[in-house]
Amino acid sequence: MGQVKSLADLRKIKEDLQGKMSLRENSNNPESLVQIRVAMATCGIASGAKQVMEFFIEEFDKRNIQAVVTQTGCMGYCFAEPTIEVTLPGQAPVVFGYVDTKKADDIIEKYVKNGELVDGIIPVNYETIEKK
Amino acid sequence: MSKYKMHVLVCGGTGCHASESDQLLEDLKTIVTEKGLDSEVQVIATGCFGFCEKGPIVKIMPDNTFYTQVTPADAREIVDEHLIKGRKINRLLYVDPENQEHIADSKHMGFYKKQLRIALRNCGFIDPENIDEYISRDGYEALAKCLTEMTPQQVIDEMKKSGLRGRGGGGFSTGLKWEITSKSVSDVKYVVCNADEGDPGAFMDRSILEGDPHSVIEAMAICGYCIGSSIGLVYIRAEYPLAIDRLKTAIAQAREYGLLGNNVLDTGFSFDLELRYGAGAFVCGEETALIHSMEGLRGEPTVKPPFPSVSGYYGKPTNVNNVETFANVPVIINKGADWFASIGSENSKGTKVFALAGKINNVGLIEVPMGTTLREVIYEIGGGIKDGKKFKAVQTGGPSGGCLTEKHLDSPIDYDNLIAAGSMMGSGGMIVMDEDDCMVSIAKFYLDFTVEESCGKCAPCRIGNKRLYEILDKLTQGKGTREDIDSLRNLSYVIKDTALCGLGQTSPNPVLSTIENFWDEYLEHVDEKKCRSGQCKALLQYIIEPENCVGCTACARNCPVNAISGERKGVHIIDQATCIKCGACLEKCKFNAVFIK
Repeated sequence: MGQVKSLADLRKIKEDLQGKMSLRENSNNPESLVQIRVAMATCGIASGAKQVMEFFIEEFDKRNIQAVVTQTGCMGYCFAEPTIEVTLPGQAPVVFGYVDTKKADDIIEKYVKNGELVDGIIPVNYETIEKK
Repeated sequence: MSKYKMHVLVCGGTGCHASESDQLLEDLKTIVTEKGLDSEVQVIATGCFGFCEKGPIVKIMPDNTFYTQVTPADAREIVDEHLIKGRKINRLLYVDPENQEHIADSKHMGFYKKQLRIALRNCGFIDPENIDEYISRDGYEALAKCLTEMTPQQVIDEMKKSGLRGRGGGGFSTGLKWEITSKSVSDVKYVVCNADEGDPGAFMDRSILEGDPHSVIEAMAICGYCIGSSIGLVYIRAEYPLAIDRLKTAIAQAREYGLLGNNVLDTGFSFDLELRYGAGAFVCGEETALIHSMEGLRGEPTVKPPFPSVSGYYGKPTNVNNVETFANVPVIINKGADWFASIGSENSKGTKVFALAGKINNVGLIEVPMGTTLREVIYEIGGGIKDGKKFKAVQTGGPSGGCLTEKHLDSPIDYDNLIAAGSMMGSGGMIVMDEDDCMVSIAKFYLDFTVEESCGKCAPCRIGNKRLYEILDKLTQGKGTREDIDSLRNLSYVIKDTALCGLGQTSPNPVLSTIENFWDEYLEHVDEKKCRSGQCKALLQYIIEPENCVGCTACARNCPVNAISGERKGVHIIDQATCIKCGACLEKCKFNAVFIK
């Protein structure tokens, strides 16, 4: 992408990006993507978040599931690292804590494939600035 | 794709656990299976919902129904009425304390959520290494707005109006600081971000830089525009390699997009950032010491005035703000000063990020509006004290702060209240202590830290703190006297009055606040030579209970100093004069014959 030259430019980029994202989020297409965010701050990485993220990327590929796995910063749930947030198409995001590769496997097999929740759910306990 | 149509989430947090949530979970599962719904409805335990006072909590998805104070006796009704017939059970819904209305949907329970994330708005949400994700969340819009629609003075006025105060602990008005620096006349000025986070147990700034580096970059550019500076420096400790990497990536991306560098957004404004690494000295969090360290000099503070806003980095006007302070700035510009000022308490606006640590269930990073009470933070967000122990104190403000006790639990947290209570906001570390912590040892721990971190420039800090430490050590050894406590107090006041910088002026706070709040414990250490929490090893006595001792000799064989004597199959005795209180006998005894007095 080239240089941003004005506020209007910036807003246009923003709208484009948001459009792309909402397309991803609101699509009713059954093939639309599963999204996984892995909390990758120092605390998460120290508890094994990197291995978990690699596991997800490799296993989605092997098991032929269309998914986007991205890294993010600290979610604040340091007692339950590594933590991940899973968004199934058309559903509210769910945060899982204490995710090792075994739990990750469970999450793919049970939650991603079947919608069956597994242990370690962390309820979101904060408000965002958009709502306030 | 989903096999289950409904999920019943039962809170499995400690608070709810104590009020029979596990029984409720079992009952719900049994009844769901009994009714043949187990292929459609899944019942599962979750982590804490952070609403423990109304626990146990049950949430039903996907309709987001939020039931409070649910007992095992309600399980059948939930299944019969809600799951089967789809009718919400009114009496279990949360009642709005203001208008007595039942609230069915957790999304409309704004007040239920104690946390509000402003500084952490993108943390754990966006990919910190992707500038597009930041832009899609209003990123750099505040900068563009400032550059194209506002004069520097208008931005400063907005900041002043918002009431934002320095989040590094001092609590100085950010807008005012910007204004003072903007009025200093000079060819070159600097914007500095203080990312030298040094309080034990604090990691707010690291998390922000790792999770949302662009918010800091954007705010520094806005500050540069306001004060008339084109160079920003981030002073970050070298112990934060990941934060450094992400910051570097973010700076490179911002340059590529033309959001840093020459002629930003085609407005003629130029601003760029550089990093400076700190070697992890606590005193370098003090702004004058930080500036000296950046100049390549020893990290020692100098007397203020002159303040950095007049004469800072290489003698030029320098505006130093903390990471979290900067992270708030773009939101204030985007959403307006009035919006920001509507959050928080009278003299402390907005939110504060705290790193919850210590004897608390949900260790982690939280952000709450100013004015939230300690009780809400510890019991509702933090999930209460570990292992059901009793709360004793919470330490805020790190080595410069003090301890707050049970009597402070219900006072709202803000800059002024914390100072009134003998502590301070500090950068936001919150260390929770339970009944097993000895307050004299805690004071000693912090003094040990200060002695280690004192730069040694002024005598009160270099020598005084060392003496404080020695007296505290004497108390924990059981050799203290009442006069020692008086000396502790007197010396503390002298250090506070005479030390050169913030580090020394505040270092006696842990001592003073523990003496103030835990006078009984100090007296016990002195008069009775007793430590009620058993932390001061020298004050303990290991004793063998003759009735339980079978004479197996395990303790005597494992005692490293041969302090235990006794015949085989006869009662053993510990010689208190020789005992070094290592606890090996207690550990080895299989008959519960060794105990601590």
